[in-house]
Amino acid sequence: MTQSKTHERVAFGVMVAFFVLAPLVVYPVFLMKVMCFALFACAFNLLIGYGGLLSFGHAMFLGTAGYAAAHSAKVWGFSPEVAIVFGTACACALGGIAGVLAIRRQGIYFAMITLALAQMIFFYYLQAPFTGGEDGIQAVPRGRLLGLLDLSNIWAMYAVVLVVFLAGFLFIYRAIHSPFGQVLKSIRENEPRAVSLGYDTTRYKLLAFILSATLAGLAGATKAIVFQLASLTDVHWSMSGEVVLMTLLGGLGTIFGPVVGALVVVSLENYLAQLGAWVTVVQGGIFVLCVLTFRRGIVGELGRLIRRPL
Amino acid sequence: MEIFGVPTQALFGQLLIGLINGSFYALLSLGLAVIFGLLNIINFTHGAQYMLGAFCAYLLLEKLGLGYWWALVIAPVLVGALGIIIERTMLKQLYKLDHLYGLLLTFGLALVIQGVFRNQYGSSGQPYAIPPALAGGHNLGFMFLPTYRAWVIVASVVICFGTWFLIERTKLGSYLRAATENPELVQAFGINVPRMITLTYGFGVALAALAGVMAGPIYQVSPQMGADLIIVVFAVVVIGGMGSIMGSILTGFGLGVLEGLTKVFYPEASNTVIFIVMALVLLVKPAGLFGTQK
Amino acid sequence: MSQLKKLAAAVAVALAAGSAQAQVSGGVVKIGVLNDMSSLYADIGGPGSVVAAKMAVEDFQKSSKAGLKVEVVSADHQNKPDVGSQIARQWYDTDGVDVIVDVPTSSVALAVSQVTREKGKALLNTGAATSDLTGKACSPNTIHWLYDTWMLANGTGSAIVKTGGDTWFFLTADYAFGHALERDTEAVVIKNGGKVLGKVRHPLNAQDFSSFLLQAQASKAKVIGLANAGGDTINSIKQAAEFGIVRGGQSLAGLLVFLSDVHGLGLEKAQGLIFTETWYWDMNDASRAWTKRFIAQTNGKYPTMDQAGVYSAVLNYLKAVEGAKTDDGTKVVEQLKKTGADDPLFGKGPIREDGRKIHNAYLFEVKKPSESKGPYDYYKLRATIPADQAFRPLKEGGCPLVK
Repeated sequence: MTQSKTHERVAFGVMVAFFVLAPLVVYPVFLMKVMCFALFACAFNLLIGYGGLLSFGHAMFLGTAGYAAAHSAKVWGFSPEVAIVFGTACACALGGIAGVLAIRRQGIYFAMITLALAQMIFFYYLQAPFTGGEDGIQAVPRGRLLGLLDLSNIWAMYAVVLVVFLAGFLFIYRAIHSPFGQVLKSIRENEPRAVSLGYDTTRYKLLAFILSATLAGLAGATKAIVFQLASLTDVHWSMSGEVVLMTLLGGLGTIFGPVVGALVVVSLENYLAQLGAWVTVVQGGIFVLCVLTFRRGIVGELGRLIRRPL
Repeated sequence: MEIFGVPTQALFGQLLIGLINGSFYALLSLGLAVIFGLLNIINFTHGAQYMLGAFCAYLLLEKLGLGYWWALVIAPVLVGALGIIIERTMLKQLYKLDHLYGLLLTFGLALVIQGVFRNQYGSSGQPYAIPPALAGGHNLGFMFLPTYRAWVIVASVVICFGTWFLIERTKLGSYLRAATENPELVQAFGINVPRMITLTYGFGVALAALAGVMAGPIYQVSPQMGADLIIVVFAVVVIGGMGSIMGSILTGFGLGVLEGLTKVFYPEASNTVIFIVMALVLLVKPAGLFGTQK
Repeated sequence: MSQLKKLAAAVAVALAAGSAQAQVSGGVVKIGVLNDMSSLYADIGGPGSVVAAKMAVEDFQKSSKAGLKVEVVSADHQNKPDVGSQIARQWYDTDGVDVIVDVPTSSVALAVSQVTREKGKALLNTGAATSDLTGKACSPNTIHWLYDTWMLANGTGSAIVKTGGDTWFFLTADYAFGHALERDTEAVVIKNGGKVLGKVRHPLNAQDFSSFLLQAQASKAKVIGLANAGGDTINSIKQAAEFGIVRGGQSLAGLLVFLSDVHGLGLEKAQGLIFTETWYWDMNDASRAWTKRFIAQTNGKYPTMDQAGVYSAVLNYLKAVEGAKTDDGTKVVEQLKKTGADDPLFGKGPIREDGRKIHNAYLFEVKKPSESKGPYDYYKLRATIPADQAFRPLKEGGCPLVK
């Protein structure tokens, strides 16, 4: 392993150690929420940070997978692992359709078309009887993993979420450092040049879009099992805005940024809940501050400090 | 006579109602389009500035006893001035960056402004009465048209086309358009481009505030009144073609009518129909109905 | 009171605590006020509910000899079931909260009720409307304290049909609560010999109602039933006035209206509106005295029935904790069902085995501007619906706890 990778390994070690040890002092359900959102933000970051595509409708994947997993676990009696896989697959399929429609456009038009699709999906879930409207799908059974491990035990559930999160994270890490990731970055930097080098950029972008949608779905499906609930919140456009906030705050196009961003945003929401409307004021303030003073995000600035990308 | 089971008379009424709602879309999307055209900033604070306009009118009445007609003048000036401060202190730094940052900054500002007002005034909204001169209404035979709503249509049509004329047909407008194309060159001709940009932003924001004052007597003056509207108005601008003045005006009125019809035939979908149109338009005509691909 | 005296009082209380405190988890009874602090329904409950809960604690401490230590915490559930259930879970798991009160928004209430049952705590719901809380989703840990969709529909619906309003058109918010309200009211209207001519479902948080109102007008129904809440109700009433609906001879029936909504509308627009509530500040000396104390802490905002309900729920809960000598959720709810409730605002009222608290309901009409004599002098009483008729009969709810 080259020298330049060492700091990434250290950072990864710190992150794993944090999520393994933190539940000893911090409320584990809160940490599971952080991990679900961290995975969601990482998936989103794959698209914008490395593909340069701002999706303003990523909530549709999170929510779709959540509904699919919750419904299959509750009504069809799927075991949790099958429900999660099923939810993820649904997000993947939706990602395929949305991707084909959206990647033909760029920049702000891409953002708008994803927003439009997400609004339609939102409308569908609002109307469809199986989602229970604004009640959501409640009391989803956590079940037994592979028929053995009872997930109503909080530590078992925690372990599962940790494994899912780390698997997703490592997958994204591999994707970024593969030739595929390099091509993606070249498209972000200069698409015409990538085309002239003979790359079918549309196909690369579509693949990135589907990957991102699938992983967002994995996060959503896991979240539904953890919280035993799938609701409209996860498909609403403000959720799409929130994931942008997490990624931006942590650092666009950094590997660890979205994780840090998710941790900060979820903590804010959690610990400021008493303050009511001030939460949105604080969130908005962070947006403004971020854009004006540290556009690289927390991890991006940190990486600049140690002169290595994180 | 009936069309799809709806009496023609009722349909006329619905079309007119659609046109009224379209007036607000047109006024708001006009401001957004003007700002985007010159600053290349997607002003997500527009909804919050619309809300500020309404609150300004409310506060002028409550604190100073100044009524609707005063508010129509004062609120846009005050909110526009606030816009100018925002432009000078924050937006100015972002012109050389990706669109994305402008969008994120203004999105954040909107959250802050709305949050502060929510803390101060709660969320159930403050009443604002229709000015006496515009109270009452006329029976048109097919529907009862409140005078105030008629005023909204007339006023917004005048303002929209006035703005269009100003930008597309006057010398000042031609400077503006030239500065959009090539700021350096226009600067070289001795025109103060940064100041022009600042004033344009102020003007766009003032339009939002004006729409807010006009909306006050119809809707509640509440901190959230612009929050969901902004997404819709945004869609209107995209459908019309980003930066196209006439496009956003016509699309604003047109989509208002379309939405009105949806409310008759499939009311549950009335919030979604605009997005369906947006997706379709973007797929077929990426630059919007009236836009030109750069 | 000087600092020293306060300290002395605290020590005395701690010493007197004695046996009762021994069974109280963590040595303190923690009350969580969970509601909408910042959006649509914040003025119905919101920070005002916290004030009401603290007043209840104060009054309890004055009369109680048990020396319980009581603490009130609060949070904003943003009307989202996921946020609500997460806060509830965290409160129960780590923060030692023993009881949750208020919880408006039906979807959140159902989710929190579920968590409460799982953790064996107590939920005293004053804010939510869904009658499912005492129907198919009833729980041994939940008491539905204040009102529900069945009661609203029954009170308003039958009163209006009986006074000649026998043809209806519904303006319904397109979500589960709106549908439930519409369904329950429609049943009442038909049962009383009325007819429903049509209905239109509008998206939640719609701004413009003119199109829907025009459809209602075209239906020629005598009554337009507003099966929505909060800002939607306010906007539909306001715009109905603009389009001359009431002047045209049709009347509006608000199916869920709170004092704060009427205040937001102003009497000019709201006058003549008929609806059902279970409490109003200007009903008797006790309610007026309580209101005086309340507004001293809320910048002159008068209490809604929800806030009064929170006071009543917290006061009775604390009495039950004292009586049962424990803060175990299931046992306290059992105790409450055994003793019933009694407080200055709602008087004596039994609590049924399905978790329904029973008290009078009142049909109110909003005054004309000329009739109003002071701040928040908005309602006049049209009829009192006696407690035994106000709520859904026990057998009809389908609650599994009822045998």
